[in-house]
Amino acid sequence: MADQTIDVRYVAKLARIDLSEDEITRFGEQLGTIMTHIDKLSEVDIEGIEATSHATQLSNKVRKDEPVGGLKPEDFLQNAPDQAKGQLRVPKVVDA
Amino acid sequence: MSLASQSLSSLRRQLTAGNITSRDIVQDTIEQISARDGEIKAFLSHDPETALAEAEKADLSLPLGGLPIGIKDNINVRNHPCSCASKFLEGAYHSPYDATAVIKLRAAGAIPFGRLNLDEFAMGSSTENSALQITQNPKAPGHIPGGSSGGSAAAVAGDLISAALGSDTGGSIRQPASHCGVVGLKPSYGRVSRYGLVAFGSSLDQIGPLTRTVEDSALLLNALAGGDLRDSTSLDDDVPDYTEGLENGVAGMKLGLPKEYFTDGIDAGVRARVEKAAADLEAQGAEIIEISLPHTEYAVATYYIIAPAEASSNLSRFDGIRYGNRSSEADDILSVYQKSREEGFGSEVKRRIILGTYVLSSGYYDAYYSRALKVRTLIRRDFEEAFEKVDAILTPVTPETAPKIGAAAGDPLKHYLADIFTISANLAGNCGISVPLEPIDGKPVGLQILGPHLGEKTILRTARAVEALGS
Repeated sequence: MADQTIDVRYVAKLARIDLSEDEITRFGEQLGTIMTHIDKLSEVDIEGIEATSHATQLSNKVRKDEPVGGLKPEDFLQNAPDQAKGQLRVPKVVDA
Repeated sequence: MSLASQSLSSLRRQLTAGNITSRDIVQDTIEQISARDGEIKAFLSHDPETALAEAEKADLSLPLGGLPIGIKDNINVRNHPCSCASKFLEGAYHSPYDATAVIKLRAAGAIPFGRLNLDEFAMGSSTENSALQITQNPKAPGHIPGGSSGGSAAAVAGDLISAALGSDTGGSIRQPASHCGVVGLKPSYGRVSRYGLVAFGSSLDQIGPLTRTVEDSALLLNALAGGDLRDSTSLDDDVPDYTEGLENGVAGMKLGLPKEYFTDGIDAGVRARVEKAAADLEAQGAEIIEISLPHTEYAVATYYIIAPAEASSNLSRFDGIRYGNRSSEADDILSVYQKSREEGFGSEVKRRIILGTYVLSSGYYDAYYSRALKVRTLIRRDFEEAFEKVDAILTPVTPETAPKIGAAAGDPLKHYLADIFTISANLAGNCGISVPLEPIDGKPVGLQILGPHLGEKTILRTARAVEALGS
């Protein structure tokens, strides 16, 4: 299996979390130890075994496509850090 | 004997006899919290006025009429805060809706009461990962209450409230129940709707009760179980009366002891307690059979790929846009995400998001995540084969009694390895219950009873037989 050194700085970028230098070092060491344990799985013979992504064997469960009552926009927006005109407000994403 | 220290079924008898009112119970709960929760620190908050107002309107003809039930702070209750014990949401989020489990409690007449502490976003097994407060084990001060539903277990064990809801992704109901000496039930995957439970590991999470007695556990499961259009993973199977047959005993039942769970890693006292419980059940007519769950040693590794992978995806919703913390340092959309999450999440949450993102990332997905899903199949098959031979499985809940607060600080792998006996049930989707045995030097010990999928009646009946041994 792949080596146990995790490029924490790169993965943090993928996960959209800024980390301090201290966290990058500490997580690198701790996750290295954890991945060494996790590498036990490479011993297991998984040839021909199907994956279990879900503990029950449910197939898709659908309901009738009929409108039902839900939350009002103001209910959704009551926890928003920033809003205007009944919508969430975010920093500018697209240049004019 | 305070009202808050009694079982739901005992309170219910007194309520219907007209000896007490719902208001008396709620008032006593408020007083117990005010007198003693300053030490225990189980509750993050509670709203006395609303609870008392709901007590006035209680319909005592309903199965849980007028009974307050504590709620773990990752389950939404309309107009109440839901912080998940995280700085990301603390003071910044009030639920706009009730979780289905809460709607069902209300429909059964219960009063959702207060917000109970947990490891941040339910990630942990000691409640030390709460960003808000450290909860004490009321039965063993200075020791952890277990986690992640540590507030729920401590509130019940500390006689602050009769029962509480928790959630269990890898043992988070059963393990704190064991450490605090209360009854904790993780229903089968799909038995209880998770709509309104803040998602951690969606293929693993279940909501369940922490109670003082097995009968109370069954009473609460009666109210909670059932299909829900709002949770496509919930099951529509019939909900039996879980209180029926509780006293039937274990005569004629086949109970398995998995040899892989009784290894050198387990404390001798814990092992002795579990073996004595098995012997006592044998004396009552159960047949005890040694069984094998050969992939047990891979459960921790499998779980710590799957659970963080699912968590890294689920927690992407905490982006600083829709709710919770938005960094004031951010000046563009990317830094809104990155800085809001940096400021809002604690170490364990960040660690698991990094681990989960890593095992899902390009180049590692097949080596880790795909492989773990296949090993999960082998673990599930182990249980399917075992349940062809036995009705239920007896195991310890944890290798040791509750450690001292701070004992495993800075060593996440040590924390993870202690989950060894509980996580397989989540991986396989089975039900499990922790029921108290005789304490060791005053420290609680639990017996875990695992059942097949939708085998709740079997494990409740077995748990009741164990409970009856001690009384």
